[in-house]
Amino acid sequence: MRYFPLTDNDREEMKKVIGINDIRELFSDIPEDKSYFPLDNIPSMLHEDELIDKFENYGKENEFSKYKSFLGGGAYNHFIPEAVKSLSMKADFLTPYTPYQPEVSQGSLQAMFEYQTMMSMLTGLPVSNSSLYDGGTAAAEGVLLMARKSRKKKILAASNIHPEYLEIINSYIQNLDIIIEQVEFDESSGKINVEDLKSKLADDIGGFIFQSPNFFGVVEESSLISDLTSDSGIIATQIVTEAFSLPFLSSPGSNGIDIVVGEAQSFGLPLAYGGPFLGFISAKKEFVRQMPGRLVGETVDSNGNRGYVLTLSTREQHIKREKATSNICTNQAWCALRASIYLTLLGEKGLKDISRSNHLNTAYFAKEISKMDHVEIRFKEDFFNEVVLDLKDMNVDKFINKMKENGILPGIPLEWFLKDFKNHILVNITELHRKDDIDSFITAIGELK
Amino acid sequence: MSKLPELIFNVSRPGKTGISVRLNQFPDDLIRIDKSKLREGIEDFPSLSEVETVRHFSNLSRLNHSVDNGFYPLGSCTMKYNPKVNEKIAGIEDLSAHPYSPVDLVQGNLKIIKELEDRLIELTGMDSFTLTPSAGAHGEFTGMMIIRKYLASQGNPRKIVLIPDSAHGTNPASAHFAGYEVKEIPSNEDGIIDLEELKKHLDEDVAALMMTNPNTLGIFEKNIVKISEALHQNGSLLYMDGANMNAFLGIVRPGDIGADVIHLNLHKTFSTPHGGGGPGSGPIGVCKELTKFLPVPTISSDGSRLSVNYFTKDGIGRIKNFYGNFLVMVRALAYLMTLGKENINRVAEDAVLNANYIRKELEEYLDLPYKSKTLHEVVFSDSGLNVKTLDIAKRLLDYNIHPFTIYFPLIIHGAMMIEPTETESKETLDNFISVMKTILKEAEENPEYLKNSPYNTPVSRLDEVHAARKLKLRWEKSEEN
Repeated sequence: MRYFPLTDNDREEMKKVIGINDIRELFSDIPEDKSYFPLDNIPSMLHEDELIDKFENYGKENEFSKYKSFLGGGAYNHFIPEAVKSLSMKADFLTPYTPYQPEVSQGSLQAMFEYQTMMSMLTGLPVSNSSLYDGGTAAAEGVLLMARKSRKKKILAASNIHPEYLEIINSYIQNLDIIIEQVEFDESSGKINVEDLKSKLADDIGGFIFQSPNFFGVVEESSLISDLTSDSGIIATQIVTEAFSLPFLSSPGSNGIDIVVGEAQSFGLPLAYGGPFLGFISAKKEFVRQMPGRLVGETVDSNGNRGYVLTLSTREQHIKREKATSNICTNQAWCALRASIYLTLLGEKGLKDISRSNHLNTAYFAKEISKMDHVEIRFKEDFFNEVVLDLKDMNVDKFINKMKENGILPGIPLEWFLKDFKNHILVNITELHRKDDIDSFITAIGELK
Repeated sequence: MSKLPELIFNVSRPGKTGISVRLNQFPDDLIRIDKSKLREGIEDFPSLSEVETVRHFSNLSRLNHSVDNGFYPLGSCTMKYNPKVNEKIAGIEDLSAHPYSPVDLVQGNLKIIKELEDRLIELTGMDSFTLTPSAGAHGEFTGMMIIRKYLASQGNPRKIVLIPDSAHGTNPASAHFAGYEVKEIPSNEDGIIDLEELKKHLDEDVAALMMTNPNTLGIFEKNIVKISEALHQNGSLLYMDGANMNAFLGIVRPGDIGADVIHLNLHKTFSTPHGGGGPGSGPIGVCKELTKFLPVPTISSDGSRLSVNYFTKDGIGRIKNFYGNFLVMVRALAYLMTLGKENINRVAEDAVLNANYIRKELEEYLDLPYKSKTLHEVVFSDSGLNVKTLDIAKRLLDYNIHPFTIYFPLIIHGAMMIEPTETESKETLDNFISVMKTILKEAEENPEYLKNSPYNTPVSRLDEVHAARKLKLRWEKSEEN
């Protein structure tokens, strides 16, 4: 077996050194009647070529790649340059542990420092950590952070946050002394109902968490929101599920937002059936000692040269144990490395051009749909790269089947998550949709009249 | 003079880019967002060409020590070889579906998840698994929430979780976030949980014991069956932290020795790469009574077709987006298929043999506080030496050996926790042993030399206190050349 370098001779020699005759003597603390259980139900080993065949066959059993997909909703299909794949697959990035010995981990550490800096520039907030598990758990960490910092247990949450994110937040707080109160959204704009928010900004509220662009793809009035929350002394946290909106829209920091959490899968990670993805958190300086997760800081070595280390570990579980700011240990470092490579490669111009293209493609789709009267765009203004397609009287399953006949996966039926949204589809368009793809989709919809 | 590459921000020149992708040409008057919401530039954002980016990251990668370039006996982390073929398999494009793809179009992916669940059930003797947790600590948190929900369904969620003093810091942190108070219990002179001592702590407030087995001293908790019985008699549950499962994979099943909930680390025992700190995957296995409390989504089969349940009546809810770290699962399943029943228990046998060999060869040179049988890792202390564990660790770097885990577990003075894993040759172990002897000799003859080590690394010893005091977490423009 190629993964076991010991030879039988080695094993014999080593047993002699240790002073045993049978390897089983090493396991003699394990109850004898329970050890060496029968392995009959485990299939036989596969050779390397058989293994590859096996997984290629799993791939062939998947049929999604026969369709042009317009699925988004927190997972987005963007172009990934070969350089990102090739560099991130370097074994010296892929196979180390968390950089506990910084003198031999400067590669990962500097890349993380650069990642933190670029995320800080994109969010417009001074402090970014080096990763969290994903967008949904980052949102939950955002809620916990607001509760810790404010020392208040009531947190407001917009009801047009990605429903999975709300589910995760609710799971995380189920045994903690934190209460979530929802803020309504406006039925005509898809945005947060500002009057409802105002009426709920009371003294006992610790923070407000909302998403922009929200689950419907609509950009919220972040400046207005942060004016309201800061006037009431309440922390404002913005969720970003589509990181590609950051280069296109005014930054959360410039809008006065205190904390940004979200999903950065769009920065160089494949769809991967939903994981591994990349959670992130950025915040104003005053939150740094309450932040969850790893932080990389610059320092000097004993010769005064620049170097990087994990820092502020007194927040973390291995020092603080049950008093830690989070239980997180292994996170998504390699995904952050990939994002670091991706962002460096694109640079300011690449990010600006591609994010603009995402919006223009989506705006083109919306404009063409507006010419039809059997369907409409539900929320017509201030979307980024996702829109809600209202099918009106058409049944959503029937619509999806018709589109599949045309080789199209049209989007996510909102009814999956929101009962009031029967016959609505969430459509995502990125730079990878050619004009022809969008036109085919539009034509197919037009033919349903 | 720094040996690190210049930061990208300092070599950036406006106008450069490293990407070329064809974009549709639509006019700007299509824009449907109010101008006030749009961004002008991204202040100070770097701009590099493709070749500069490639050189930068290639040069950075060479500053790392990794499993692929040398011995990495980092205790508790199971730094085994990460098979190359698994990377190829994880890169198969037909597996990289959108997570909201209709289930009839992703039957292959669902089969992979189901097949891995089934194999883990077989290897652990648990009733069912969820693969959604992202890492070990995430699994612990999930497992403790399951325990709490179960106990609540029995009428009382209880208040306290018992945790041995040798446990990882994630255990108390996870228990805390699941709403429990933590009570630490001391290890006995054999380095394990003392049954009688434990019984003294058992009352109606105790929800569970979180036990790492083998524990962080590399010692099997040999009273586990009796401990489990005592807990159950008290209406409490046994959570087994499976971070060290590499010690008995294919030898004994946690479900057969009394564990009610366990977590596994696919990025340890099941060979998936650590990636410099993730992504991992921390599946949770539970006994029958707890199955209905698992988080969503769950996968079920009607014989020929697999489907996904997004809602369960009793479950703890959702703890992560989508299905978890799917491509980590793919690698773990590929690993298990490669091993098959023919090789599965060789993992633990060779891992334990290697650890015992190191123990035997070094125990006359280093203090071994606990003399119980060693499984997958051995923990020495720096007692009696005239240098500290840190100095030995830093000196090892000069020999292209990654140090063992240091200063953990906390109950050992200057702990050196050595876990060789099964994927190391005898020659590698012999070299490590001889380097250790050399370093210990250096320590005797010239301790100052060790205290200033390392010497052959890209940077010399780094000032961690300076980093925390003069906090600098991002590049700032003012310092540009």
